[in-house]
Amino acid sequence: MRTLAYLLTFLAVIGSGFWAYTENYATQQTLKDVARVNAEIADLREALSIQRAEWAYLNRPDRLRELSTINFDRLGLLPMEPEQFGATSQVSYPASPAAALPEITEPVDVIGEQDQAP
Amino acid sequence: MTRTPLRPLARILSARAAGENPDVIERENLRARHEVIREKSRNRAEGRLLFMGLAFFMAFTVIGARMGLLAASEPMEPRSAAPGATIVAQRGDITDRNGRVLATNLVTHALYAQPKDMVDPGKVARELAAIFPDLKEDDLKRRLTDGRSFMWIKKKLSPEQMQKVHEIGDPGLLFGPREMRLYPNGRLAAHVLGGASFGAEGVHSAEVIGTAGIEKFMDDRLRDPAKAAEPLQLSIDLTVQATVTEVLDAGMKMMNAKGAAAILMDVHTGEVISLVSLPDFDPNDRPAPLLEGDPGDSPLFNRAVQGVYELGSTFKIFAVAQALDLGLVNPDTMVDADAPMVWGKYRIKEFKNHNYGPLLSVTDVIAKSSNVGTARIALMIGGLRQQAFLKSLGIFEATPVELVEARGARPLVPAKWPDIVTITASYGHGVSASPLHLAAAYAAIANGGTAVKPTLLHHTTPVVGTRLMQEKVAHQAVLMMREVVTRGTASYANIPGYAIAGKTGTADKPKPGGGYYKDKVVNTFASTFPAHDPKYVLIVTLDEPVDTSSSEPRRTAGYTVVPVAAEAVRRTAPLLGLRPEIEVPGQNALTAVVQKKN
Repeated sequence: MRTLAYLLTFLAVIGSGFWAYTENYATQQTLKDVARVNAEIADLREALSIQRAEWAYLNRPDRLRELSTINFDRLGLLPMEPEQFGATSQVSYPASPAAALPEITEPVDVIGEQDQAP
Repeated sequence: MTRTPLRPLARILSARAAGENPDVIERENLRARHEVIREKSRNRAEGRLLFMGLAFFMAFTVIGARMGLLAASEPMEPRSAAPGATIVAQRGDITDRNGRVLATNLVTHALYAQPKDMVDPGKVARELAAIFPDLKEDDLKRRLTDGRSFMWIKKKLSPEQMQKVHEIGDPGLLFGPREMRLYPNGRLAAHVLGGASFGAEGVHSAEVIGTAGIEKFMDDRLRDPAKAAEPLQLSIDLTVQATVTEVLDAGMKMMNAKGAAAILMDVHTGEVISLVSLPDFDPNDRPAPLLEGDPGDSPLFNRAVQGVYELGSTFKIFAVAQALDLGLVNPDTMVDADAPMVWGKYRIKEFKNHNYGPLLSVTDVIAKSSNVGTARIALMIGGLRQQAFLKSLGIFEATPVELVEARGARPLVPAKWPDIVTITASYGHGVSASPLHLAAAYAAIANGGTAVKPTLLHHTTPVVGTRLMQEKVAHQAVLMMREVVTRGTASYANIPGYAIAGKTGTADKPKPGGGYYKDKVVNTFASTFPAHDPKYVLIVTLDEPVDTSSSEPRRTAGYTVVPVAAEAVRRTAPLLGLRPEIEVPGQNALTAVVQKKN
């Protein structure tokens, strides 16, 4: 009985030692991964901020104005002016669908009855 | 262990038989027994001492080893405590009101040298001078060989320059990472942004600190790590700013002015939509301040905020508005405008010695810009009340706008306030203020009479200031300024689509020694639009303009600054989302009745 207890304890020690060993290396690996991912995030953020700065630089009003002047033949862009505003009443309605209906040549008078409330 | 009896019977008996004292045997045995006991306890004590000694030795060894290890190893952050969001940048971005970037950070590198590690200083100096034209080869070689162990060479490198330095391939040339401030829009809004430079510099990083403008004023906020991720949103609108700059630049050149400034402000919130001062500079490469001459001529000088000028007739509306508010006059009251007016030893004259009098209605005093009429009205108000009103409009204090330069730009106000000052101040002479002061004061009239605090930060909530005059009075004042445009001195501002109301101002420039120049003026047009429901105030100022399109040079505001301001409104109003409208006609008997019924 005592031998069995010794044996079991010994096996438990070996087992927990092995478990601790694997856990240790798994933790270290995870830490390395986290550090790598963090570095990647930092790199991507840096890239993002550079892209943002470049976007702002390429869209600066001076450059857009020059580009619209150079490409005036193709785009015909002009500064926004009051004359370009319109009123909704200036927009012509599409032809009314009623015009497409057949003309009523024989009108029929209809006399309806009002429903009585119960 | 067998215990030896103290009095073994055999020996006692034999000793008695031999006639000896048996107690001797007993003592002998007792002594032997004590010796054994003593030996044993000494051994135990020695063992304990040894054990304690060992224990202490091990403890000190462990502590000593740990200390040695800590001292010898590189410090490093605990890796297991994973940080959430690492700090993106050390300085927050600045954006306009629509989120377009005005200032951001860019990662770059600084170049430094450790001459002790350098293989061939002569070659390094030659090649560096070839890459950077501003470095001198001889100077560089001397500094690299004079025995120092460290020196900075360049604070910022472009990637191309960095590659070229890499290609020199000398181990004594090293790079340090840097975050530099970038203003992608170049000169646009330069005076608002100011600029930034490096503070304390190290090999691994350097502080970026604001040197002027909002970068300096909001330095703490921009450097706060907790707020680094969210950009600082300004009230400036980039598109409008670009348009106003373009119009103002063209106007300045056409009118041969040496400087110009424009402010566009929301009348309800006090947000500055656009603030332009020309000539301007590139904040990415901020020029050094002038060491001699007038600092006002430097492009760094912000005319809109720092330029404290006598703003001339634009002040007339304040006197009239106050008189209306106090109930002294109404728009149709006839006042004495017989020029020249004599007050003590002073003669108050009109422009080019005109005489608009003898009597002029209050509306015509503004429309024709009569100095004498305004002076009479100001005398009705009295100096004390006039001072109090101008103070409540913020004209006596530095503006609270978020620019570091604004604090230093205090208006010039006479210390004493005799009647002659009451008279001259009413038409804007003897009192100097910046265009921004004027913008805030006009906004207070245009928004229906509540005080406005100019700001450069974007507000999302409405701001309600203290009431300075009755709403009816403010409305009447705006209608009078509309008359200035429709039939008065600012007829060039009568543009189709947008009803501009405004007041012109022409002031002679003071000479440094005293007195005024005859041919140098500051022209100002303070305007608000749309006149029937003012939303924006636009102040345009030209410094020393002259219109040479006619036979004689013209320097009055109506010919120089008004067309520029009108063009600015025509271009910016659509961008601000204002529909062009047919002007609402003034109330006649019929419309007044209809409105009353409703």
